Amino acid sequence: MLPPDTEPDAGAAASDAPPGAIGARESVVKGAATTVEGRGEHVVVNIGPSHPSTHGVCRVVVELDGEIVTSAEPVIGHLHRGIEKMAENRTYLQVVPLTDRMDYVGSMYANWAYCRAVERLAGIRVPERAEYIRVIVCELQRIASHMMSIGSTGADTGAFTAFMYAFNQRELVVDLFEALCGARLTYNYVRPGGVAFDLPDGWVDRCRAFLEQHPDAMLEIDRLLFGNVIARARLKGVGVLDPAVAVAWGATGPVARGSGVDWDLRRDDAYSVYPRLDFEVPLGERGDCYDRGRVRLWECVESCRIIGQALEQLAELEPGVIKAQDLPRLLAPRPGDAYDHIESARGSLGVYLVSDGSVRPYRMKVRSPAFSNLALLPMLAEGHTLSDLVVVLGSLDPVFGEVDR
Amino acid sequence: MNITELREHLCAQYPDLCPLFSIEFGDGVLTVPSARMVEATSNLKDLGFDLLGMVTAVDFGEEFELVYRVRSREMHVGLFVKTRVPRDEPRIGSVVHLWPSANWQEREVFDLFGIVFEGHPDLRRILLSDDWVGHPLRKDYEDPGLIRRPDYL
Repeated sequence: MLPPDTEPDAGAAASDAPPGAIGARESVVKGAATTVEGRGEHVVVNIGPSHPSTHGVCRVVVELDGEIVTSAEPVIGHLHRGIEKMAENRTYLQVVPLTDRMDYVGSMYANWAYCRAVERLAGIRVPERAEYIRVIVCELQRIASHMMSIGSTGADTGAFTAFMYAFNQRELVVDLFEALCGARLTYNYVRPGGVAFDLPDGWVDRCRAFLEQHPDAMLEIDRLLFGNVIARARLKGVGVLDPAVAVAWGATGPVARGSGVDWDLRRDDAYSVYPRLDFEVPLGERGDCYDRGRVRLWECVESCRIIGQALEQLAELEPGVIKAQDLPRLLAPRPGDAYDHIESARGSLGVYLVSDGSVRPYRMKVRSPAFSNLALLPMLAEGHTLSDLVVVLGSLDPVFGEVDR
Repeated sequence: MNITELREHLCAQYPDLCPLFSIEFGDGVLTVPSARMVEATSNLKDLGFDLLGMVTAVDFGEEFELVYRVRSREMHVGLFVKTRVPRDEPRIGSVVHLWPSANWQEREVFDLFGIVFEGHPDLRRILLSDDWVGHPLRKDYEDPGLIRRPDYL
């Protein structure tokens, strides 16, 4: 469960629903829109595909009645590069850099999910040390990705300060990645059979220094953003997602957990070394943008706990053993198929591979959590104002590289 | 629940699905004829498979293989459902009424493979533009922009 709501800041005691003021959500929630129906004309507005508040190249066709959204249809595909088709034309190792370019805010996840599917297909056993390093980098990636999401929630609601605070933390993570593999965005770090490089000297200490200050920074953002009167008024009660709807529509990750759907692959289909690590799964109750945002925030705190434990257990393992032994230079797995999934920052990210026994995948399919989560937008945005549509879209945290592939 | 327990559970509840169940490389697979697809998935839904993870297809020349990945939160087990449709008449029943998440997934398969899902409420292209010609993930798709990498890797 999430910790109790952050105390509103001074002067915001009655902030959650002052009638007639900025926080009066009742006037714009579902149902209110129907009262004005038939009175005015409906206007169709195109938002995007290139618009600062669509978090990428998404076009949303919005039908408005006054300022109230009566329908919102996301039109996706503007970033479709045909990664699944390109993968059929490359060897198994050459596909790894392509996966970087799917979820470019969380490249490590796509690397890992793909590598897990390849390892399952080819029957490769990954050394323990590599598994720990994968967990560490992916939890760091979760922090980096959630900082992007929380920061843009701030920017969407007019709290640009929170954006800078969040990006400050993200920058520290990205610096760690740069020290690890030289890249800041597309890492190409997790490879079939292990990881590309061992941790460089002094990296573990730098990582520990980051972990020491990060939870406090999260508490500060919790106070700064989620305790802010304007942000509360903009986020609470907006885009309420029913848990049953979330499950039916295949929503996963913080979007589903914000509604209280207790489902996390790290715990419920425990893979890699997660069974040896102790962590909580934060859950929201109301399913609104506020809870989705705070679930992400507390996941970052839990990620710090996971990384701390993983670093401790990693210290007992022999350095340098980061790749499976006897890996052929050119993988040609058995004919057949394999599916594996991991819990990415956006939900369950799965990769389905079909092999015909040759050196190239016969078919690769990526089950993208952002794609499934985005399908909820029409339902969540309906009945809210146009400015709330932006907040709802941001709270779904879509990354269009992964939606469109 | 593991795969063997799932097989027992499935066979006890739906004996007619039992012969269709197999275990391939540790994964449970239910291979059904395309005509029984909707009925079989509906049984699985009743059995407790509440999450439809993905719908996809694979081009095997004469036939397309449709692959559905379902998962049960309660039983903690995942399952593939596979069925084949002929290339010259690629039609299959839609499962949107069972899992709304199939809506976008089936649109994607329709877009990239040209498989028609009967009963889908809104079957349109989703990733490509409406005036796109052809279905790119078919193996025989030709496009001047598509560059084949030479065989020497």
